[in-house]
Amino acid sequence: MWDFPLFPSQASTNAAKVDALMLFEIGVLVFFTMLICILILGFAVRYRRGKAADRSNPPTHSLSMEVVWIAVPMALSLVMYAWSTRIFFDLFSPPADAAQIDVVGKQWMWYIQHPQGRSETNELHVPLGRPMKLNMTSQDVIHSFYIPDFRIKQDVLPGRYTSLWFEPTKVGEYNLFCAEYCGTNHSIMIGKVFVMEPADYEAWLSEKGVGPSQAEEGERLFVQHHCAGCHRDSQTVHAPKLEGVYGRPVPIQEGKDVRFVTADDRYIRDSILLPKNEVVAGYEAIMPSFKDQISEPDLLKIIAYIKSIANRETSQ
Amino acid sequence: MNAAAHARHDDGPPTDYLSDTSVASWLLTTDHKRVGILYLISVTLFFLVGGVIAGLMRLELMTPKGDVFSTPDTYNRMFTMHGVIMIFFFLVPSIPAVLGNFLIPLMIGARDLAFPKINLLSWYVYIIGGVMGIWILIHGGVDTGWTFYTPFSTMYSNTMVVTAAVAVFITGFSSILTGLNFIVTVHTMRAPGMTWFRLPLFVWSQYATALIMVLGTPVLAISVILVALERFFGFGIFDPRLGGDPILFQHLFWFYSHPAVYIMVLPGFAVVSEIIPCFSRRPIFGYRFIAFASVAIAIFGFLVWGHHMFVSGQSMYAGAVFSILSFLVAIPSAIKVFNWTATLYKGSLRFDTPMLYALGFIGLFTIGGLTGLMVASLAIDVHVHDTYFIVAHFHYIMVGGTTMAYLGGIHFWWPKISGRMYSEIWGKLSALLVFVGFNLTFFPQFLLGYLGMPRRYFEYRPEFQVLNVMSTAGASILAVGFLLPLFYLGMSLRRPRDAGPNPWGATGLEWQIESPPTTHNFHEPVLVTCGPYMYSPEEAEREYASQHVHHA
Ligand code: HEM
Ligand SMILES: [Cu+2]
Repeated sequence: MWDFPLFPSQASTNAAKVDALMLFEIGVLVFFTMLICILILGFAVRYRRGKAADRSNPPTHSLSMEVVWIAVPMALSLVMYAWSTRIFFDLFSPPADAAQIDVVGKQWMWYIQHPQGRSETNELHVPLGRPMKLNMTSQDVIHSFYIPDFRIKQDVLPGRYTSLWFEPTKVGEYNLFCAEYCGTNHSIMIGKVFVMEPADYEAWLSEKGVGPSQAEEGERLFVQHHCAGCHRDSQTVHAPKLEGVYGRPVPIQEGKDVRFVTADDRYIRDSILLPKNEVVAGYEAIMPSFKDQISEPDLLKIIAYIKSIANRETSQ
Repeated sequence: MNAAAHARHDDGPPTDYLSDTSVASWLLTTDHKRVGILYLISVTLFFLVGGVIAGLMRLELMTPKGDVFSTPDTYNRMFTMHGVIMIFFFLVPSIPAVLGNFLIPLMIGARDLAFPKINLLSWYVYIIGGVMGIWILIHGGVDTGWTFYTPFSTMYSNTMVVTAAVAVFITGFSSILTGLNFIVTVHTMRAPGMTWFRLPLFVWSQYATALIMVLGTPVLAISVILVALERFFGFGIFDPRLGGDPILFQHLFWFYSHPAVYIMVLPGFAVVSEIIPCFSRRPIFGYRFIAFASVAIAIFGFLVWGHHMFVSGQSMYAGAVFSILSFLVAIPSAIKVFNWTATLYKGSLRFDTPMLYALGFIGLFTIGGLTGLMVASLAIDVHVHDTYFIVAHFHYIMVGGTTMAYLGGIHFWWPKISGRMYSEIWGKLSALLVFVGFNLTFFPQFLLGYLGMPRRYFEYRPEFQVLNVMSTAGASILAVGFLLPLFYLGMSLRRPRDAGPNPWGATGLEWQIESPPTTHNFHEPVLVTCGPYMYSPEEAEREYASQHVHHA
């Protein structure tokens, strides 16, 4: 009967940090709640009507006390603020060497794609002790990717990429929930996270045979959707080559001005779906839109491909 | 004062505001007190509907698998209607429209509100919105949650979103009308001598609330209309597939709905600031700080909407700014808690029902407010956002804060409103049951949330069950606590009018006239010569001793 948890387990580097802050804030809460309760109960006993007590000249105000009880909460607030903001900034600044995993949310399941090629639904396998970065988008409504034991959560938006990173610290099985209400089966849009020893993880990745990687798949789609026809060595169509583009600033023609935009996931996605919005300087707006033709998981694969050729020199 | 004398030589036909009982006289009334009663009856009905739905949801959540409602959709529609009804049809109008309408003119020595007809109109507008709400409930409901997040609400939900948006839109006008009326009334109708710093704190808080109602509600109205337009005509405002921005809606929505939290809780502060001095028999501690804190909350309340969106994908720098502003807005609330507590010091304390509700309010509001600091802390909010921790937090503020204050206020002014005293024993019992039931219902939800149970879940993981069962057990106690007043206050109406003008020996102007007041409130022009809360604990003790000589 009593073997139910009162505190979630700590399974990521972030969890221990959040819990430490939480314990501090619980301390503050307990202290002030007790203080107020004790004062109220104490006064209730001491100054009950009909009980002898000194009631002469009750104070109606006191500037010094007001200042104290403005200053003390203010100071405590600033401590909490600085502390929590620090953890938060870390949580949204992934380390450069984090391994990338793509996540697509849709009513009502999680589709997860590992860079090495294996994909899964409602399950996420990750190796112990390695920073993992999730690159997430949604195919329909807003979802929210939530792993309580890691103390992480991030909304997953249609039409945009959001990301999140974590470093698992304990082998085991953890809940994965959707936390943003997303319709009928919101409460069963749940899954499991498996944290494995790195060797087990490698074995798991190649369990189904070493398939094409995310980027290789992307290249195949790149050809299949006829992107290559223009963006590789076409003789007739004037289109920018994509080697070496990812992560660099790209000049965008805007009326008479040129503005630079970093070629990140968002930029590439918008260039595929809304190609007329940002046209590279020196090119004509002739690329057709691929809206409704390429699914979210496929878009992620194409982006992975373009990313994989980021260090290749253009032949121009 | 000599109000009692007035009551005594009113031997002729009764002239109090309740005496004309014809239905037409009620439906066409422009008397602010009667409009207050119309609101009292209607918000009570909505509270009951919202409460029954809450009970069904709690039953559903007693076990990890769905077993009360046949489908998840039914549950989704229920929590939407529970939220919509409790927020828009109960909390927002409760204290302002019932007690505010009844009391503001009395407290400032006026004959009525500035625009009596607009006041009646606001009730009709509210009723139209409310009837639409109930109609939606009967005809299938809405499954978007009271927050109507896009693009779910604009593209994916196949329920009556547009009707619900229109109902909320209409109801919004009723609170704009009430707010305008209060602002103009407080500015122009104060009796001679009633300076701003002689206003009861109740009036200050209602004034601050009215500012938010007038400035914030139009934004809500615009956002729900944009949702309707997008659904009907495919305007690409929010749906990314049409080139819109799904987060824009959240900004618009919370720009109203965060300040709206203060529309709900500032009036609670208003009530508590009247009850505590009266039952402590001493002037409130730090009157000016409390008054200014209300206005500060109203203003700063507009700057913190982004704290509902820390994980929505907004930039982390925006998160950092909204976080610090949220910490700052908590400070005026802390000031109030300390001031109320300090008011007990050296008082002559009595523990009648209203006082029990007010003290319970302080305790619950303190927990609600301090957990607010946790939620304002970015790193913690990432974890608890959209979990039961949030459900617990806002129920502590809204049920523990606003609803307790509202009940305290109803008990405090019941003798004035009805002319009758109610049974103290039953009153105290209800206050106790509400307090105990409340904590048992909502405290386990903090734990559930920190453990990671998301909100708006029809089914949940089995390890969350024990805490959910506790919560459901608490809800049944709470329900009894909420239902009791309905019975004993109702029963009290069968008694003779025995309350007298001032059963609590309070100092406000409203207590200087007979209970229930006459239609025109005051018999002679009122002249105010001193501030509110001119209580003396020592005098109260002497009076008490003389009534209990045999004990001495
Ligand atoms: C007996 C008392 C109450 C119980 C047992 C209760 C229970 C619940 C439950 C189970 C939920 C659903 C939580 C979720 O799944 O996210 C909920 C949501 C909510 N409740 Fe209550 N509630 C009570 C009273 C109130 C009152 C008095 C108010 C306001 C005056 C209120 C306002 C809300 C709101 C705004 C929501 C959010 C709805 C949404 O998620 O869209 N509740 N309540
Ligand atoms: Cu979801």
